Amino acid sequence: MDIVMTEAPVSFPATMPRRRVLGAYLEEARSECLRYMRSPSFMLPIMLFPAMFYLLFGVLMAKSNGADAARYLLASYGVFGVMSPGLFGFGVSLALERDSGLLTFKRALPMPPGAYLIGKMIMAMAAAAGVVVLLLAMALTLGHVTLAASQAAALLLVGVLGVLPFCALGMFVGTLFKGQGAPGVLQLVYLPMSFMSGLWFPLPMLPKFLQQIAPIWPSYHLDMLALAAVGMNTQPLLGHVLVLLAFAAGFLLLAARRLRRHG
Amino acid sequence: MPHAEKPTARLAGAVKRYGSLTALDGAELQVHPGELLALLGPNGAGKTTAIALLLGLVRADAGSVQLFGEDPQSIEPRRRIGVMLQHAELPPTLRVGELLRLTASYYPNPRSLQESAALAGIGDLLRRPYAKLSGGQQRRVQFALALCGRPELLFLDEPTVGMDIDARQKLWAAIRQLIDEGCAVLLTTHYLEEAEALADRVCVMSHGKVIHEGTVETLRARVAQKRIRCRTTLPAELIRDWPGIGEVRQENGRTYIVTAEAEPVVRRLLEADPQLGELEVQRAGLAEAFTELTRDADEASTNPQREAA
Repeated sequence: MDIVMTEAPVSFPATMPRRRVLGAYLEEARSECLRYMRSPSFMLPIMLFPAMFYLLFGVLMAKSNGADAARYLLASYGVFGVMSPGLFGFGVSLALERDSGLLTFKRALPMPPGAYLIGKMIMAMAAAAGVVVLLLAMALTLGHVTLAASQAAALLLVGVLGVLPFCALGMFVGTLFKGQGAPGVLQLVYLPMSFMSGLWFPLPMLPKFLQQIAPIWPSYHLDMLALAAVGMNTQPLLGHVLVLLAFAAGFLLLAARRLRRHG
Repeated sequence: MPHAEKPTARLAGAVKRYGSLTALDGAELQVHPGELLALLGPNGAGKTTAIALLLGLVRADAGSVQLFGEDPQSIEPRRRIGVMLQHAELPPTLRVGELLRLTASYYPNPRSLQESAALAGIGDLLRRPYAKLSGGQQRRVQFALALCGRPELLFLDEPTVGMDIDARQKLWAAIRQLIDEGCAVLLTTHYLEEAEALADRVCVMSHGKVIHEGTVETLRARVAQKRIRCRTTLPAELIRDWPGIGEVRQENGRTYIVTAEAEPVVRRLLEADPQLGELEVQRAGLAEAFTELTRDADEASTNPQREAA
């Protein structure tokens, strides 16, 4: 170990310039993105499952039904793809980090409050953007879907913001289960919910009962927004937006309460 | 040693219960500026809870907890501390330099990356992913993260677990350098030689209380006493009246004597009882002082069952 000349620690006031606080938020988000982008076990399922499904059902099998089927399924598989970085990126990583002591360490450090959650949120949004871009590229090239630039941008926006309610749900599950238990529970939430909100097969093809209860699921509402983005839903959207907002706020509050109590 | 300055960290009558378990039972603790205080105690003594309170991770049920005179749950006092926890798995895919850069960003006036790395001896590891490091290297990286914010108070929780002797010596040297710069350190450790090598003061905890507090010398003075063990027919009351005798007890047919100077007592014992046998004289080190302290506390707290044991 080298001997290093250092300035003696002067008793400076522990005030932090606002620029440095902002810098800490940015560093946290940057680190969070870097560490997951470098982790294939996290990125591959998130990117490949929706892409594979879309290739199979949206591109290859939908050929006989024309470009509208490919367009419809671009929206639903987009939503399917956007859910998983929210649920898994947020929920699983929170559950693991509660278990591994990383969250405790970060809480002991002077990390600005919220930087941890905002960092994970930005990471989930970036991953969601990645999924949507991948599906858009497949739809435009392989699926021969024609989209206006504004429609593609709208779908991207729906994806990037639509991941947030699922972050809140994932976070809540992550506060309930510690460590390796969380991924299983999240699969039990993710797959049935995707199916029942008509993301795999269009809702009209599902049993009447499932069609009736579909509005319970946040993914149904996000699907309505995604379909509107690609020009396949002309119904009013405000209701769906409000449901998603309420859903996000509700689970965020629940999770925050549990985190405060149980760490 | 008079301490005119305010303590950097302070527990006063701190109580913390987890359900029916009382982890801290009115603990008193002060870390003064620039000193290294070693917190010793067996597992379950309340060391971890004491640290958790001072770091603002949990809230005390009673008593007061202060970090630089403030509530450690607010962020301002925590900007003046560095932390190395015993169990913290850092993100495996991040490189050492990235971890340092992230942690330094939390502080108002951090050290440069190179300075932190050099102090902790990890200058050659900056580009390596954390998961690819050995256990000892990971501990050194955690040490670098603890000092990168130019802290005035450093929490080191079992810092040298998993390190070989060489790495431990280097870490001790780095800790001494930080203390020379005026940084205070609260060290918890299982290694008594670590406390002996580094500490100005030692705090021994048992059953949620601080049972001994003082300089390393006073702790050792407690056991600069020698202990004599022998099998003799002399009654304890008789020996107790001899000069220079601290304590006498008889158990299982053996007599235990504590005294500052063993030689005159041994001479007198042998004169008084020619049949005396199994004579042993011991001088205890810090480890024994510690064991004895905590054993006394154990006995005090389990007094009702003592007869059976």
